[in-house]
Amino acid sequence: MTAGRVAAGCVFAVVLAPLAAVIWRAGGLSGFGAAEWAAIRFTVVQAAVSAVLSVAAAIPLARALARREFPGRGVLVTLLGAPFLLPVIVAILGLLAVFGQAGLLGRGLGLLGVEAPRIYGFHGVVLAHVFFNLPLAVRLLLQGWLAIPGERFRLAASLGFGPSDVMRHLEWPMLRDVVPGLLAVIFLICTTSFAVALTLGGGPAATTVELAIYQAFRFDFDPGKAALLSIGQLILTGLAALAAARIAIPANFGDGLDRTARRWDATALWLRAQDALLIGAGGLFLLLPLGAITAQGLAAFARLPDAVWAAAARSLVVALVSAGLAIGLALALAVAASRKSRSPGFELAGTVGVAVSPLVLGTGLYLLLLPVADPVALALPVTALANALMSLPFAFRALLPAARAAERDYGRLADSLGMGGWARLRRLTLPRLRRPLGFAAGLAAALSMGDLGVIALFADPEFATLPLQVYRLMAAYRMEEAAAAALLLLGLTLALFWAFDRGGRGHATV
Amino acid sequence: MRPFLLLAGLFLAGAAAAEDKPVLTVYAPDYFGSEWGPGPGIEAGFEAICGCDLAFRTGDVLPRLLLEGDNTRADVAIGLNTDVTLRAREAGIFAPHGQDTAGLSLPVDWADETFLPFNWSYAAFVYDRTRLAAPPESFADLLEAEDLSIVIQDPRSSISGLALLLWVEAVYGEEAGRAWERLAPKVLTVTQDWSTSYGLFTEGEADMVLSFTTSPAYHIVAEEDDTKAAAIFEDGHYLFVELAAKVAGTDQPELADLFMDYVLSREFQAMIPTTNWSYPARLDEADWPQAFRDLPRPGAALFFSEEEAEALRRPAVESWRRAFSR
Repeated sequence: MTAGRVAAGCVFAVVLAPLAAVIWRAGGLSGFGAAEWAAIRFTVVQAAVSAVLSVAAAIPLARALARREFPGRGVLVTLLGAPFLLPVIVAILGLLAVFGQAGLLGRGLGLLGVEAPRIYGFHGVVLAHVFFNLPLAVRLLLQGWLAIPGERFRLAASLGFGPSDVMRHLEWPMLRDVVPGLLAVIFLICTTSFAVALTLGGGPAATTVELAIYQAFRFDFDPGKAALLSIGQLILTGLAALAAARIAIPANFGDGLDRTARRWDATALWLRAQDALLIGAGGLFLLLPLGAITAQGLAAFARLPDAVWAAAARSLVVALVSAGLAIGLALALAVAASRKSRSPGFELAGTVGVAVSPLVLGTGLYLLLLPVADPVALALPVTALANALMSLPFAFRALLPAARAAERDYGRLADSLGMGGWARLRRLTLPRLRRPLGFAAGLAAALSMGDLGVIALFADPEFATLPLQVYRLMAAYRMEEAAAAALLLLGLTLALFWAFDRGGRGHATV
Repeated sequence: MRPFLLLAGLFLAGAAAAEDKPVLTVYAPDYFGSEWGPGPGIEAGFEAICGCDLAFRTGDVLPRLLLEGDNTRADVAIGLNTDVTLRAREAGIFAPHGQDTAGLSLPVDWADETFLPFNWSYAAFVYDRTRLAAPPESFADLLEAEDLSIVIQDPRSSISGLALLLWVEAVYGEEAGRAWERLAPKVLTVTQDWSTSYGLFTEGEADMVLSFTTSPAYHIVAEEDDTKAAAIFEDGHYLFVELAAKVAGTDQPELADLFMDYVLSREFQAMIPTTNWSYPARLDEADWPQAFRDLPRPGAALFFSEEEAEALRRPAVESWRRAFSR
């Protein structure tokens, strides 16, 4: 498909051209020392552990959410999106308000006379990454559960399937399809971690590749080393994307009529208790830090400066543009990928954005723009572009299963009708992808809202985005107002996400 | 097409702001140029006398200048620091500032012809009086203190983190690595930037945070809160000087010179204490805000020249890293 090729071409160009510009400016690549190798080792190990734990915890939680209906479920599922979308610094402070030295957990245990374990260390890094990515994994897995036609659950019920039979015949094939890509994306997003890893890692042993890149740019002024580290990140991305594409086995349930089904297989009391426990524990783990952020932000909310509100409006526009871009690209790539059984090129294009160093991307774009335009005047469009690139992988993962299903179930019919191009997109693809499209757009918009993007070089003091204002308030000692601005960011992000996201929230009732 | 144009207009609004006046482009760190830093006051004050438009560009000042080379749009850079300026000097991107530095109120002699100090402070550990009754009075105290937790910044990503590294080098010299090994267990965590550290401290995560002796002034002046204080060490404190410099390739040399005059002017200097929360570089102590006059000051200023700092940086970072990996 040409649209898919064009989209893939654009993605690779936006990733590789800035990297080439950095290498050109550096006049070559510089070698690695022991410190860089240690950073690469730590990055890979923590990312792998974080990805496995996030997905392992997400599967039972998503399963419980997929087969239960309870008041507040929709709200809970929407809120679950929040940790992933928060700016890093806000999420860190929220997490520490619960798990830190002076946090709720520590004080609670203190009342019982037990000393809380220190959060800082390797386990702290993993805990934070699970906090960020568990919700994402749950949401993407819920999309997978939604892609199982309701008729299959009815059939399973009429055959007298118990939970383990449903797992074997319906859920396991879906997981084989979805989980490898999910692991790859979470692994990759953890490889670009920087402030989280360092702050919760407790010291320089928790140095990631991204911090090494930052150091190379900032103090060593060695762009060659930064570029080489970035190439290392891209190679990791390529390997992870290809491995995911190889391991994944597309599920084949046949088509359905989109009716939703009651889940007769999970009515036993002990199963209900188990799911209630899982949802309760998962909800607490994810929502307590959000509660802490809300509590901290309320104090100064009424006296938020105008500059913060203006920045919020700007961020909304950036988020919408960025979501539009990301969705366009993700749709083209997902449709193209769904027409083939193996599509490593499209898989790679749909994944690479997550592992691009924002610093290298930003620097490269800056170098490319410098001779032709004033880069700072283009700060917001560039931020929108970079954010679109970084949220593309999540949108792509959200769309791919549904795109595959649509192609599998209705592709031959459309072919026999000679339906192609625009008509096929409008009459077949878009209607079949409506739910994941809404989810993906919400995700992309919200991600863009919370992301600092390529701000190190492109910040314009008069046109700051909301996350940047949070940092600026903190840098000016105004911690209370920063907390209030963070709360505004949290609220807007969730509202944006909620407005787009119609899919994934319902199963038993749509 | 119309919505697209509308959006493009929204995005590019900044580019259209320029009028017929000449523009002086000043590169500054983000905290300096933001609404809550000294930037807006300086912009208004300078524009009132220069007949020009002062435009701040915020972000990483030195990396950006080095990256841009001769293509830079900068006329002036502000917010540099002696610990990293050698590289800029060697790259030849700055011109002499042309100011008389004799009247500066710095704790060290300053005769540099390229970099002009505009404010200064000392690196220090800040604590909360209500939580820490007996703060350490020297590095030796700090190393021996039990049950004391501190948050610091990473010297590889933060300028204040680098200042601490040099401070320890200045106090302990050859023994700095040993000192770090004893300090490391007290370090609750290391953060990428100053803001995260300070946020952790105000949340009550740690007893002390690496910051500046002038930090408590913010709480006293802006929040009427006198519970925050800097622990003054007998060893002396590392001096932190912020600098401005004129870009050699500027196309507005007269305006840049005028701005250098303005940096040392009374108006500019009087804005510094309560916007950048540090001591002004040329203002009589009698003219400082009361809170700044009352702040306790260290007995001695420890300071490395830029050559010394640059030579120490790599080995010091390496021994710092080793101390933490034990």
